[in-house]
Amino acid sequence: MIDTPVLERVLGQALRKGGDFAEVFAEDRSSQSAVLDDGRVEELASGRERGAGVRVIRGETTGYAHTADLSEAGLLRAAETAAAVAHGGGEGRTVPSDPRLGARGGSVAGERSPATMSKADTLELLRRADEAARSSGGAVSQVQAGYGGSLRRVLVANSEGVLATDDQVRTRFSVSCVAVGDAGLQTGFETAARTIGTELFDDISVEDLARAAATRAIAKLSARPAPSGEVPLVLAGGSGGILFHEACGHGLEADHILKAASVYAGRIGQRVASPLVTLVDDGTVGSEWGTFAVDDEGRPAQRNVLIEDGVLTDYLWDYLRARKEGRVPSGNGRRQSYQHLPMVRMTNTFLLPGEDDPDAIVADTPRGVYVAKLGGGQVNTTTGDFVFGTTEAYLIEDGRITEPLRDANLIGNGPEILTRIDAVATDFAMTPGTCGKDGQSVPVGCGQATLRITGVTIGGTAE
Amino acid sequence: MSVTTGAGRPASTTADAGTGGDLLRLAERVAGWAGPGEEVEVFVARGEETEIRAYEGEVESLTSATSSGVGIRVVSEHRLGFAWAGTLDEALLTTTLEEARDNARYATPDEHVRLAVPDHVPAVPVDRWDDGLASVPTPKKVEMVLALEARARGGDPRIRQVSSADYGDGAVETALVSTTGIRSANRRTSGFLSVGVIAGEGDASQTGSGFTVGRGVADLDPERAASEAVNRAVRMLGATKGPSGRATVVFDRRAVTTLLAVLSSALSGEAVSKGRSFFAGRIGEEVGSGLVTLVDDPTNVRAYGASAYDAEGLACRRTVLVDRGVLRGFLYDTIAGSRAGVASTGAAVRGGYAGTPSPGCRALTLAPGPEGYDEAGVLGAVGDGVYVQSMTGVHSGVNPVSGDFSVGVEGLVVRDGELAEPVREITVASTFQRMLQSLQVVGADVEWFPGIAAGQTVAFGNMQISGV
Repeated sequence: MIDTPVLERVLGQALRKGGDFAEVFAEDRSSQSAVLDDGRVEELASGRERGAGVRVIRGETTGYAHTADLSEAGLLRAAETAAAVAHGGGEGRTVPSDPRLGARGGSVAGERSPATMSKADTLELLRRADEAARSSGGAVSQVQAGYGGSLRRVLVANSEGVLATDDQVRTRFSVSCVAVGDAGLQTGFETAARTIGTELFDDISVEDLARAAATRAIAKLSARPAPSGEVPLVLAGGSGGILFHEACGHGLEADHILKAASVYAGRIGQRVASPLVTLVDDGTVGSEWGTFAVDDEGRPAQRNVLIEDGVLTDYLWDYLRARKEGRVPSGNGRRQSYQHLPMVRMTNTFLLPGEDDPDAIVADTPRGVYVAKLGGGQVNTTTGDFVFGTTEAYLIEDGRITEPLRDANLIGNGPEILTRIDAVATDFAMTPGTCGKDGQSVPVGCGQATLRITGVTIGGTAE
Repeated sequence: MSVTTGAGRPASTTADAGTGGDLLRLAERVAGWAGPGEEVEVFVARGEETEIRAYEGEVESLTSATSSGVGIRVVSEHRLGFAWAGTLDEALLTTTLEEARDNARYATPDEHVRLAVPDHVPAVPVDRWDDGLASVPTPKKVEMVLALEARARGGDPRIRQVSSADYGDGAVETALVSTTGIRSANRRTSGFLSVGVIAGEGDASQTGSGFTVGRGVADLDPERAASEAVNRAVRMLGATKGPSGRATVVFDRRAVTTLLAVLSSALSGEAVSKGRSFFAGRIGEEVGSGLVTLVDDPTNVRAYGASAYDAEGLACRRTVLVDRGVLRGFLYDTIAGSRAGVASTGAAVRGGYAGTPSPGCRALTLAPGPEGYDEAGVLGAVGDGVYVQSMTGVHSGVNPVSGDFSVGVEGLVVRDGELAEPVREITVASTFQRMLQSLQVVGADVEWFPGIAAGQTVAFGNMQISGV
């Protein structure tokens, strides 16, 4: 994308006024999407975005400038702007302003299939999904199917000699259904998303995906209002590991920790969860949605154990926060695009499977709520209070899954909920998600096996 | 500031004399590449922004950037194709048009698919541009955010941490030209200060945030942003999980803005025509109590989303959606309007150059209650209930298709018309349909917030609280 001598000159320019660290992050992203809605292929869209951001750190201050102009002149201008900003930050160490790249090398992603599917093949997939959803039941009144494929090429070079590139290919397919009944409208949604190209469709069936979305909407037509108050909760395997993402994942990001804005600050080595909880964040897992070869600061992705048998072992680190603490980053420096500063982000975050039988967990629950699918969630890392929403849930009565429930949010406190996990099964599965933080969205994976929480507050309308 | 002219009429000199003139000329040039039998719409945007974050008396980060991009829609034989690029490079402009053209070949032919044509509704020249912003030096901006951080830190002895203190500003200019006779330009500036604090007492910590927005730095009120953040955090100290039960729930102004923004998607003519709104088929019916009057009015210059032109280059206009409880209308762009057999209401919105237009609100308001009904007035009228100062899980628990509503909240108990002890880790649930019927008290304390709706203090009767 940019020649090495140019990168070296830009980094040199960035450090000319003094500074401890300079970095060039360049990105070239092309995307293709298609939407079938209301029985029609409504929109095919193609997008292209490329540009670079230059970051200069001096002491405690970061200067950042980004530009869509990838010429040497454009990059030098961004470097000057970022350097001027950092200069206002006061005294810092000054490193020699003639960086030589390649000292530590970088990693390159392996061969991948074509990034995006041909337009004609895409339409065929959308039509098949539409047909499968509509034939799932007469109550299905509306179907929207969407495909998105992208190739994101990133290049990172910094004054510590790092030069890394990664080609990230991502593919996503989703189906959203509306079903209509006497009690009004209900919705169902299902998505598959992986860090691979068109071979996603060798692994998944768009018909299955469509039927899952349709069935979810239809089931809720006869759903009764969810209960209110505290209930035992069984989460199905792969229902959305969003629970851990919100209950503790965000609270383990070092930027929150260093600002004492997390309930988990200062708790390394302490028991923070049930002994059944071993939580891992791992950017190297197969082709999951949160997987990549190198992060957006040029660090290789890696596996990080955060909670082991209930004991807090580590946090997640980016370059800036790791530097402050004199340790190495954990491969968690990510950004939405070249127009954003990197920060600490999760990759694929999951609870390791346990030894229980999923059916036995339900059978062993006299009364409670069974969640087959979760939607999104949100957390306040300072208090630990978090919510997560159900999109498919049922009552558990006498150890059996019975009536469907309407959507509701569940609310809990992270550190409390983690101690209340009393069963974890073997049926591990991952789901894709989009994580938003500070205005930036990045793809993440979440995973867990069927598990039970002895008490969590569900916000339904039934008294 | 911005001008549209109909097909064949000469361009106004105002538009070309402004700084957006070159953008208009660029868009015009690209639209001129349209082939025979195809309609082309070219949207170009250019912006500049500054973001500064302060932490513990220092600048933590400062970002300075310029950006530009183009979004092109091509319609041929009633088929639409779209392509965009985050640059105005000449070479990419050509390939973007080619991509849009190629994409159109794959769409399903649809008689309703078309570009907007001038409807001769005159635009109200609302001005959200502050000339002064460009001349504010960076050190002055740094000074403002450092002062904000210091003010929040010193706002109360119980403030332990200022977790974020941000300054941001931006200037965006856009131009839209189509082969169907649309030619318009918009421009706006904005500035904001926001601050998040952590208050503590013993082991307990609580958070609060405050912000102030305007067209430029002169409109900003850092003192108010800081005191709002401090007050919101401090008054939550000692919060416990509240009891379950039915109660009247008072939503503060910021929460009401969020509620209206979510509700607005059910008022989109596109959602309605595709059966994705609980309002579908209910025009002329009573959908709420007599207190419910909802109007979208982007011609109100006080609204954050005020604009002269919509995202298809038609004049923005006032649309009454619900009048004293009776559903009166929906918001339409050209395609959704055609599908419903009505004209566009000038309500097209788009998420920048990378998005296509769709109908949506820009400035939705709930008609204010009686004079003098500020927050205290509403609380007094309610007597006993729960006051919500912030909501979580709105994206996961509120469904504008079904109307199901369940959110996590933190706030305070209302007792004898006054705010009493804080509560947290509870949910509030109902359905939008029932909430509109049980709207009990509406405040007159309307305030415009960033986004697409205003907010005032509002009380809904008989909501389900889920707690202990």
